[in-house]
Amino acid sequence: MSVRVYVPRDSAALSVGAEGVARAIASEASARGLDITLVRNGSRGMFWLEPLVEVETSRGRIAYGPVSREAIAGLFDAGFLEGKSHALCLGPTEEIPYLKRQERLTFARCGIVDPLSLTDYIAHGGYRGLKQALTLEPQAIVDTVKNSGLRGRGGAGFPTGIKWKTVLGAQSDQKYICCNADEGDSGTYADRMIMEGDPFVLIEGMTIAAIAVGATQGYIYCRSEYPHAFRTMQRAIAIAYENGYLGANLAASGQRFDLEVRLGAGAYICGEETSMLESLEGRRGQIRPKPPLPALEGLFGKPTVVNNVISLATVPIILDKGAEYYRDFGMGKSRGTLTIQLAGNIKHGGLVETAFGITLHDAIYTFGGGTATGRPLRAVQVGGPLGAYFPDTFLDTPLDYEAFAARKGMLGHGGIVVFDDTVDLARQARFAMEFCAIESCGKCTPCRVGSTRGVEVIDRIIANQNRTQNLRLLDDLCELMTDGSLCALGGLIPLPVLSAIRHFPEDFDKRADFDKPAPVSPDLLTAPSQETSPWP
Amino acid sequence: MQAWDADRAQARIRELEHLPGALLPILHALQDEFGYIHPAATQMIAGALNLAHAEVHGVISFYHDFRHAAPGRHVLKICRAESCQSMGCDALIQHIERRLSVKLGETTPDQSLTIQQVFCLGNCALSPAVMLDGEPYGRVSPSVADFLIDNARRAQ
Repeated sequence: MSVRVYVPRDSAALSVGAEGVARAIASEASARGLDITLVRNGSRGMFWLEPLVEVETSRGRIAYGPVSREAIAGLFDAGFLEGKSHALCLGPTEEIPYLKRQERLTFARCGIVDPLSLTDYIAHGGYRGLKQALTLEPQAIVDTVKNSGLRGRGGAGFPTGIKWKTVLGAQSDQKYICCNADEGDSGTYADRMIMEGDPFVLIEGMTIAAIAVGATQGYIYCRSEYPHAFRTMQRAIAIAYENGYLGANLAASGQRFDLEVRLGAGAYICGEETSMLESLEGRRGQIRPKPPLPALEGLFGKPTVVNNVISLATVPIILDKGAEYYRDFGMGKSRGTLTIQLAGNIKHGGLVETAFGITLHDAIYTFGGGTATGRPLRAVQVGGPLGAYFPDTFLDTPLDYEAFAARKGMLGHGGIVVFDDTVDLARQARFAMEFCAIESCGKCTPCRVGSTRGVEVIDRIIANQNRTQNLRLLDDLCELMTDGSLCALGGLIPLPVLSAIRHFPEDFDKRADFDKPAPVSPDLLTAPSQETSPWP
Repeated sequence: MQAWDADRAQARIRELEHLPGALLPILHALQDEFGYIHPAATQMIAGALNLAHAEVHGVISFYHDFRHAAPGRHVLKICRAESCQSMGCDALIQHIERRLSVKLGETTPDQSLTIQQVFCLGNCALSPAVMLDGEPYGRVSPSVADFLIDNARRAQ
């Protein structure tokens, strides 16, 4: 009987040689006359173990990792096709504590199924949410999502059901569902993982949204930095059409929904919903003032649901298992699960989906295993480039929207970037302003001009020129940007800047050292990497 | 990538002009085909979509992706965002710039390689990350970068 062997095609796995590993396994098997079926799954999200190879056995799936091309012959010799032991054997995948401790709802299938097999998708509970939705009135679908407590996972945390309700109530000959897959924040990759690892769940979520609000056309706006995710979504959409899950009379329901994936063009601002709509319409991605809300006047001026990938990909399980099932996870006003993304200087970086409420400390140490360099942790930035820098004394903060807001931080999408003690927070604050200057859409003055002035002021502070006055000036500038910017880019960039000053004042009190090379942990240049494995 | 060909460009524009909001798909198609947006394309697109020349130019110049001139045979995008900073991307960039004697945004004199900054490749658990001709690489130490660069420059 053919043995199923799984080698991820997730971008992160590919980035450490998964393609070469897959090819080596195929050729080694054929050289040995062994019958295997190679499945290119998504990633389980344990990236320090990638390429993570799994073999299906009578004891379930057995994991090996990180596997290099050079290790393949040895794995065959050791009998890995029967799940036998080997230095790289990690035991049954589901028993790996990192995975076992998680509560995977949105990511239930990611890394398990063949992303482009509709049969696999349906066998693992796919399209049950849509089936349930088709038995309900639109209002009841919206109520289910509302009652689940699902909040937008793109960063702002706005209740998804409320958005849908507005679009449902709007009268129009045409409505749209737009999925924001412009995941530009550093430290985040959950959207990419879903698109590469379980694309049908996003298609199903968007289809349910369409049926709920009466939309017939959808667009996924995928950033151009994700070419693999873009191609996987394109292929998944084509497969869904071929099998009657998109287009006219989808799933024999008499309803119509057409879906297309579009490519962004490297503008961070297009992750802001109105910029994204402008971009989809073929214009510069400049933000629109709100109101009017996109829910009433969105794409091409029509009522539009704009949701993040994870929000939409969570809808199917809510419809399938019910609002209460989902709402029972979490704490306070943060219901359900959060897809934590451990990133940066972290030993065990990866995706951790678990109920809201675990602390930063748990996420970074229990799951993440501390810093990659082994040096002391000094700062964490949560919520992307617009999120605050927290010192290690804040690691007791629970991952909850309100708890972060109370400490002048932002949970956002749950991306956590860890820095060791070589970080210079003055440089990070300067970078925040520089990034804002590069990515500002230019529509409003506080952001367009303020960001450049911000870089200059921080440079003067670092150079010790009138430090006290310049710190006051920076504070004033940040207040102006917070209050006066039209969108979250200019409005929130003061968050990393001010938090860096507040929690790490000592870093702003040094002589100019900007001509010196960036501080790098000495351990980094020798950190374990794939140097011995020339992947291509 | 092939050399600029006005007829070919016109054909690509015609394939896509019917799409709602066709401008970005058209620009991507042209850049995929020729590696950059040829100045002559602006007028062709403006005509096809009934837009002002300035409007098309404004869109091309707004987005970081679209180029006005042909890049090197290979394009290396290096992430400069926070996660990669925490794992030493600034030192990596310095290393690459020194080795190639070009700065971010520039092309080597032999036209073999263009290096560009990018803000996040979504590979933040394996920082520092780069992308070479659309293929991702993670945990890129200076020696891994050298390996990738040498390989790419040798290849055509």
